[in-house]
Amino acid sequence: MTGVQDPLASMLSAESLIKNFGGIVATDSLSFDVAQGEIHAIIGPNGAGKTTLISQLSGTLMPDGGQIRFDGSDITRMTAPQRARRGLARSFQITSIFKDFSALDNVVLAIQAHRGHSFRFWRPVVDDLSLRDPARAVLEEVGLGARADVLAGNLAHGEQRQLEIAMAIASEPKMLLLDEPMAGMGPEESERMTAYLRSIKGRYTMLLVEHDMDAVFALADTITVLVYGRAIASGPPDTIRANAEVRAAYLGED
Amino acid sequence: MKVLLDIQALKTPRGIVATIVVLLCGLMPIIAPAIGESFYVDVFARTMIWAIAAVSLNLIMGYGGMISFGHAAFFGIGAYTIGILAFHGVTSAWVQWPVALILSALVGLVFGAISLRTKGVYFIMITLALAQMLYFLSVSAQRYGSDDGLTINDRSDFGIGFFNLDDDLTLYYLIFAVLLLCVYVSWRIVNSPFGMVVRGAKSNDNRMQALGYPTTRYKLTAFVIAGVMCGMAGVLDANLEEFVSPDALNWPRSGEMIFMVVLGGMGSLFGPVTGAVVFWLLQDFLANWRGFIGDHWAIIFGPFLILVVLFARGGIHGLVDRLFSRKGGAQ
Amino acid sequence: MNYVLFAEQFLNGFQLGMILFLLAAGLTLVFGIMDLVNLAHGSLYMLGAYFAATFSHLTGSFVWAILLAVPAMVAAGIIIEMIALRTLYARDHLDQVLATFGLILFFNELTRIVWGPEGQVIPLPAYLDGSVALPLGIDYPVYRLVIIGCGLAVALGLWVLVSKTRIGMLIRAGSSNREMAGALGVNIATLFTVVFGIGAALAGFGGMIITPITQAEVGMGEIILIQAFVVVVIGGIGSIKGAFIAAILIGVIDTMGRSFLDLLLLFILPANAAEAAGPALSSMLIFILMAGILFFRPQGLFPPKGAR
Repeated sequence: MTGVQDPLASMLSAESLIKNFGGIVATDSLSFDVAQGEIHAIIGPNGAGKTTLISQLSGTLMPDGGQIRFDGSDITRMTAPQRARRGLARSFQITSIFKDFSALDNVVLAIQAHRGHSFRFWRPVVDDLSLRDPARAVLEEVGLGARADVLAGNLAHGEQRQLEIAMAIASEPKMLLLDEPMAGMGPEESERMTAYLRSIKGRYTMLLVEHDMDAVFALADTITVLVYGRAIASGPPDTIRANAEVRAAYLGED
Repeated sequence: MKVLLDIQALKTPRGIVATIVVLLCGLMPIIAPAIGESFYVDVFARTMIWAIAAVSLNLIMGYGGMISFGHAAFFGIGAYTIGILAFHGVTSAWVQWPVALILSALVGLVFGAISLRTKGVYFIMITLALAQMLYFLSVSAQRYGSDDGLTINDRSDFGIGFFNLDDDLTLYYLIFAVLLLCVYVSWRIVNSPFGMVVRGAKSNDNRMQALGYPTTRYKLTAFVIAGVMCGMAGVLDANLEEFVSPDALNWPRSGEMIFMVVLGGMGSLFGPVTGAVVFWLLQDFLANWRGFIGDHWAIIFGPFLILVVLFARGGIHGLVDRLFSRKGGAQ
Repeated sequence: MNYVLFAEQFLNGFQLGMILFLLAAGLTLVFGIMDLVNLAHGSLYMLGAYFAATFSHLTGSFVWAILLAVPAMVAAGIIIEMIALRTLYARDHLDQVLATFGLILFFNELTRIVWGPEGQVIPLPAYLDGSVALPLGIDYPVYRLVIIGCGLAVALGLWVLVSKTRIGMLIRAGSSNREMAGALGVNIATLFTVVFGIGAALAGFGGMIITPITQAEVGMGEIILIQAFVVVVIGGIGSIKGAFIAAILIGVIDTMGRSFLDLLLLFILPANAAEAAGPALSSMLIFILMAGILFFRPQGLFPPKGAR
């Protein structure tokens, strides 16, 4: 087997992942490894296939070929809910929250998902402090503590992004797939998010897709550069910054 | 521990509407003879049965976002089970009722499994088509009266002396009790972990799946629960009318159920009950008008329906909320 | 020999398929392009029948009745679209279902007021009112062949309209990408009105040509509408080709099922059981078929390109 040197150290690995849309190759035999505890950033120009990759990793798209291993088992054919219950949580590039639920209930739903099945028909969730207390703690942690009872749809854009992250971490996942967490944020909000992600570094393994290069180079342990579905370079930030091919293809320098 | 019904909730505008409707239903056997219009007892018994059906539809449509245009199928299954068993001489409620409810659940499971593979317009049309399939089945069942329907000679027999459905008042209050029970059960379900999942799936199904919920399973369960509840309405209807015909499960009935839910206020617990009461009272009012309107009440009713859809978002309960809050804002 | 009956029933099924196609074509266009669930499509079918009956009564000519009733249906469709349906495009499917359900109640009652509760007939001219000898010793009513011919001609006409003309190009642009069509300078509101007018004329035409065989009556649109829904769902929403194939499939299977299913059942059931189960099963046949197809292809047989 290639690619996986030490199965214990690898949290998530993709091997020769292929995805075609009609004639267009979105993922071109892509292989990479995310080591336990690291932040692995995926960067690349628009149309490089970053969101397609996240979708395949999270299970909303099935790859045409290749294998995905997570935490020691093959998850290639598992559905999205199955992967999520194994501890692979994701956030969405386009904010995906429950707009007609309060911020607190959004997080409650995320926690409830990991408390076994929800075929419990009688006891009101409102009374279940074992769900609500941890949910409040998570909101507190991402800085939304004061906004717990506001309808998620009425939160400001930046706050919705924070809620998005809160829902991802609420279930105490083993790994986070973060699809452009800074999308649409102002510089100040971005900085706060970067600081927050740094503060939880090591608690979760993270795969980070992001356009904000300052954030990527500040956070990532490993960076993989994706162009037309292919990894053209992979390594620590300093190596990537120095890589001539990357500069030409992506950073727009010649 | 929360009290059964929050007293504070009764002081809200929609709480007041709900209280009035419950009192009206509960006291009709006294009110109607007092004003010399005894037939209103019958009207209200029928109204409450349709309210049960509407409450069950609201569970999947209002809270689960599943627009079923075939909900009358379950009403028909409940009613026909009573009719057919009685036809073959089985009148014990202890046999009839469980059979009716189990059949409703099974059909709910099959219909739900097929239709939940689809979304949007497809879901609407498939539920409609599946229900029509049962309608045509009932029409072609010559043994059970085809188009003409099936007369039921004996109401369900519980074998309890003082609890005899042949007594109209006993039946009336049984219907009343079942209605309250259904609203209560809906309330528990909607606020339970299960209800949260179903509501979450309505709000954002993809997100629910990303969180780890296999949502189809939950929606299917809700579909079955609603089917059983609606089957119960059919069981009561067969007992009240002592008659069942294909008309009970024809598609206009499904449309009317949707309308009752929307009229009362979709996704509000008591809305469908209010909707059913207003629906039947209005229909009764128009049909009893002398002359042209009485003969052709649908010419008013059709456009009324359209106007409700276009202008009364949130139904009666939404309207009451808005009126009240406007007044509150002025103070 | 039984093959004569078999061939006759096959042709009858084909003829039903043509009527179903006339309804389903308009239905699927309106779904596909305007994203509108129009339950009142069956009312247009009914109105067409009543219009033709009235014109037939006034002119004494079947051909004139059709020639006058078709433009009348286009006009009726345009008026209905402008008054009632236009506001519904922006609404969700539930609102559309309910509002058009209200339209059905309205039109049924209106018809009862205008034409009375009795059905209306359209007499056929003598030259259409006979049988014609087909090969293999089959005698078949001329008029049913005319219906089949009309259906095929309309299908051909629609195909030319959609794939060869400018308005067809606009329709295709409108169905695949509304914003794009708007950006190309297409007046979407006018396009929708025109498409609805075409759909209304097609449904109305179906009602007109079936009436000489049956009669125009209140509620005639609802029964056939459900079958047309099945056709649209099986064919794939928005696909005229799908509607055409599914309509023939449903027409033939439904008609043949009603005629021969009990005979088939005799092979596996005792006579009295087959006799009882035959009609029940045959009335459910097309719905079982639909459920089966959808189980494997939730988007129908011919999902249009770019469908979600």
